[in-house]
Amino acid sequence: MDDSDPRVESGDAQKVTAKVKSESSIGIGWIAALPPLLLALVFATGLPAIADGETLRFVYEWVPSAGINLTFLVDGLSLTFALLIAGIGAVVALFSSVTLAGHVHYWRFVFYLLFFMFAMLGLVLADNLITLFVFWELTSVASYLLIGFNHSTAKARRSALQALLVTGGGGLALLAGFILLGSAAGTYELSEIMTMGDAIRDHALYLPIFFLILAGAFTKSAQVPFHFWLPNAMAAPTPVSAYLHSATMVKGGIYLLARVHPALSGTEIWLWTLTLFGAVTAVFASVLALRQTDLKLALAYTTLMALGTLTMFLGSGATIAIAAAVTFLIVHSFYKAALFLIVGIIDYRTGTRETAELGGLAKAMPLTAAAAAAAALSMAGFPPFLGFIGKELKYEGALAVASEPLFVATAAVLANALMVAIAGVVALKPFYGRRLETPKSPHEAPLFMWIGPLGLAVLGLVFGLMPGLISASLVQPAVTAIAGQPEEVKLALWHGLNLPLLLSVVTFVLGIAFYLGHQKLRGFLVRVEQRLPATADQMWDRFLDGLKVLAAWQTRILQGGILRRYLFVVFATTALAGVVTLYVTDAARWPDALPDFSIKHLLVVGLIAGGAIMTVFAGSRLAAICALGVVGMGVALIFVIFGAPDVAITQLLVETLVVILVAVVMLRLPSLERDPMKGARIFDAILALVVGGVVTVILLSVLDTPLDRTVTAYFEEKSMPEAFGRNIVNVILVDFRALDTFGEIAVVVVAALGAYVLIKGTKKAKQQ
Amino acid sequence: MNSLILSAATRILVALMLVFSVYMLLRGHNEPGGGFIGGLLATIGIVLYAIAHGSAAARKALRLDPLTIAMGGLGIALLAGVLAVLFGDPFFSGQWSFPFAEGGDKGFPISTVLLFDIGVYLVVVGAVLAIVLGLEEEV
Amino acid sequence: MEVLLALLIGILVTASVYLMLARNVMRFLFGLVLLSNAANLTIFVAGRLTPESPALVPAGMLTPQGLVANALPQALVLTAIVIGFGLFAFALVLVYRGYDALGTLDTDAMRHAEPIEDNEPTAKGKLEGTSL
Repeated sequence: MDDSDPRVESGDAQKVTAKVKSESSIGIGWIAALPPLLLALVFATGLPAIADGETLRFVYEWVPSAGINLTFLVDGLSLTFALLIAGIGAVVALFSSVTLAGHVHYWRFVFYLLFFMFAMLGLVLADNLITLFVFWELTSVASYLLIGFNHSTAKARRSALQALLVTGGGGLALLAGFILLGSAAGTYELSEIMTMGDAIRDHALYLPIFFLILAGAFTKSAQVPFHFWLPNAMAAPTPVSAYLHSATMVKGGIYLLARVHPALSGTEIWLWTLTLFGAVTAVFASVLALRQTDLKLALAYTTLMALGTLTMFLGSGATIAIAAAVTFLIVHSFYKAALFLIVGIIDYRTGTRETAELGGLAKAMPLTAAAAAAAALSMAGFPPFLGFIGKELKYEGALAVASEPLFVATAAVLANALMVAIAGVVALKPFYGRRLETPKSPHEAPLFMWIGPLGLAVLGLVFGLMPGLISASLVQPAVTAIAGQPEEVKLALWHGLNLPLLLSVVTFVLGIAFYLGHQKLRGFLVRVEQRLPATADQMWDRFLDGLKVLAAWQTRILQGGILRRYLFVVFATTALAGVVTLYVTDAARWPDALPDFSIKHLLVVGLIAGGAIMTVFAGSRLAAICALGVVGMGVALIFVIFGAPDVAITQLLVETLVVILVAVVMLRLPSLERDPMKGARIFDAILALVVGGVVTVILLSVLDTPLDRTVTAYFEEKSMPEAFGRNIVNVILVDFRALDTFGEIAVVVVAALGAYVLIKGTKKAKQQ
Repeated sequence: MNSLILSAATRILVALMLVFSVYMLLRGHNEPGGGFIGGLLATIGIVLYAIAHGSAAARKALRLDPLTIAMGGLGIALLAGVLAVLFGDPFFSGQWSFPFAEGGDKGFPISTVLLFDIGVYLVVVGAVLAIVLGLEEEV
Repeated sequence: MEVLLALLIGILVTASVYLMLARNVMRFLFGLVLLSNAANLTIFVAGRLTPESPALVPAGMLTPQGLVANALPQALVLTAIVIGFGLFAFALVLVYRGYDALGTLDTDAMRHAEPIEDNEPTAKGKLEGTSL
């Protein structure tokens, strides 16, 4: 279990100190709500077209050579998400203009919030895998900034980093999965990939694609065992929790699963993985939710439950299960955002979020209480709220799951019953019953605070009473998009007397029982928690500690600050890369017969080899320089023998200059003492032999492949007629590849400048 | 180094080497030679002079600072590339002109290619001398 | 002959790697020179060897007569030699300057940039705020 101390620091703690202005003068902060509101209206204009089954597509070529385009697709699924993002964004912006009014970084907050909104909109509207990935990562960055908004507290910083690392790690897996998917499908456009589901399911890369994309979705949507970052993310200001970590961003993973549903679903592995992980997350999270005493944390765990449920239903291919998922997604966004904001109001007005300290607030805050009641009833799934329809659909969908209806239905009933109990804890307990003393004496919240939650809660009631408002315009197009084929969905409050209704009754009975006994249950859970060896959150810390130990170890080994160790690693890596490549590609070739060569050649080669060996064993500087000179002259001889007079002359002249330079510098350097480590350098010798051997084998393999003389032939053909030069080497240098040569002489100048500065530095150091 | 033979011989040798280096530079397009080889030859000649008469004398004989020569060479090489652009060709395309051409005789060829090679020559001379002379003075 | 040169290059690389792993920075420099030579030879050999026919167009002709040496690797090697010299000269000055400033040629003793730390990083420096 998570959070040994469940009391999260009040996210809005700074309001007490930072709120300098009086409540009545909240200033112009509310204009932050305008952009999302306008966007929501713009998206709403797309509703009729989407309801008619159309999809809209916008294309802007970004990196056309790599198939990366800024393509945007508006269909039922993306429009549903876009409306939720923009709509709830407006509510949240309005809300925070009060709670964060006068905060010294209020406008920074607004920027983060709008930045997140645009990233999230890009995510759900993108039709190109790479574009989607970019926006996906941007939402992670925005989440990091918002969780860490109160960066003066260590907890906020830690939570922000944890969320970034978990979702960012998943993002990397996602990128790999996208690239594999793109190469398997031959396109990065989602709208095309969606139509080739059969080909992708039969593709050899299906399993890696599936698991990599799943890793991205599960980390983003906090499925067990990646769930621990989400409760910690509650360190963010409450409106942010309502927005990112409940209604929108964490549903990014769900969106992704829904988006790739037509291409990847339908296999055994898809069905089992999603159903199992979703069910475990749902039940695990709802049990943990009951254990929390902080209202915000309890809500965070119910969000986990919702995400698990959505994952579970997306595992199935049945239309009714998908319809259940879409409906529940909308229901959940309404009531969960509302409840989070209500908890924000409670915190704002009373100064506490501890359930034990709250009670009987309804009289002081009637509007908030009404909104809380409506949202909680929707959450618990009572008719006539939209939550009821969602729950009935869930049961219908659960029973329609072909392989394990009993398992899914049991998980759904259990999770929902716990939801009923938690709805009571969050919305009933604080407002009714005995009035309890709170740190601040509460009164009703200002308009900008209660209007949003109340509006969302009322929407839950309106859509429940008139489900036709969303069934044809949103739910049906979204289900069509997820299923990949036209589907018909009708939402209704009354489905007749059937098994789902019976399950609902069971749920209510169980739920009320859970609520009445929740104190005892909580005590039991706390005792269980104390027995557990480690929570996932603590395991995360151990994982990070392990990483640091590993980093320290490898830094000591690889980067010990000693030049020859660095070089040893570099050469060993080179050798290893060479050996592995030769082995894997089976490219090693050996000459069939002994090479044909004359005595003259053998003499030159022997001269050079002798010089090299002499350099190694030279006991004095002079001997070493002479040996080096022998090598240089020998190499020049090879150039002469094999028709390279220009190169040979250059080599000879450079050798002369090397000798002059070395002679000049040697005068000032101490004599070359014997190698102090001779004998202890057996590993160096072995490595040197291996590297040399690898180079020889690679070169032999290269020589075994036929030479492509196309470029050389072109130069030979054009040198005289077009470049008016008979020395082809020189023509290449100064004409055909003049730009290269220019770069090279620039390097020579840079080397001279560097050396010049070093020499001048020595002089200055001496004068001082 | 105070060797009478060396300093006497150097006067002729250095002059010969410098002339020969220019010869190598100019003939480079058709026979072995070119800017790199010419530049290295000239450098060795001047280093020889510096060994015989001291690097201060060599600097005086050069008139320009070696790094200035190197930079100038780089500029000349760049100019050869830019000229091609001015004539409407891609950067660094060789531009040729054959004044006094009569019949089979090609006349006197002038080209940006030669200009480029002269730039290479100057860069090699300037850069290597900057290092060698600098070190010699330092030590 | 190519095979023979491939073996020779292997010997050069072996010698240079062994030298570069030495503690004395002068030996490192010698290894660097040998490595440049090995690299130049590698490029040259990879372009195949053509005995004694330079890549020249005979006077009065438009194209070279018969098979001539591969001009492309030659051009690459030629600039590589000059650049290799530039690198060597710079490294030499660096060694000289290093000796001047540090008074040693032993690379093990050159710990100016990465001094020996007493408190090598351990697992003890946990993230702050771990105890929730």
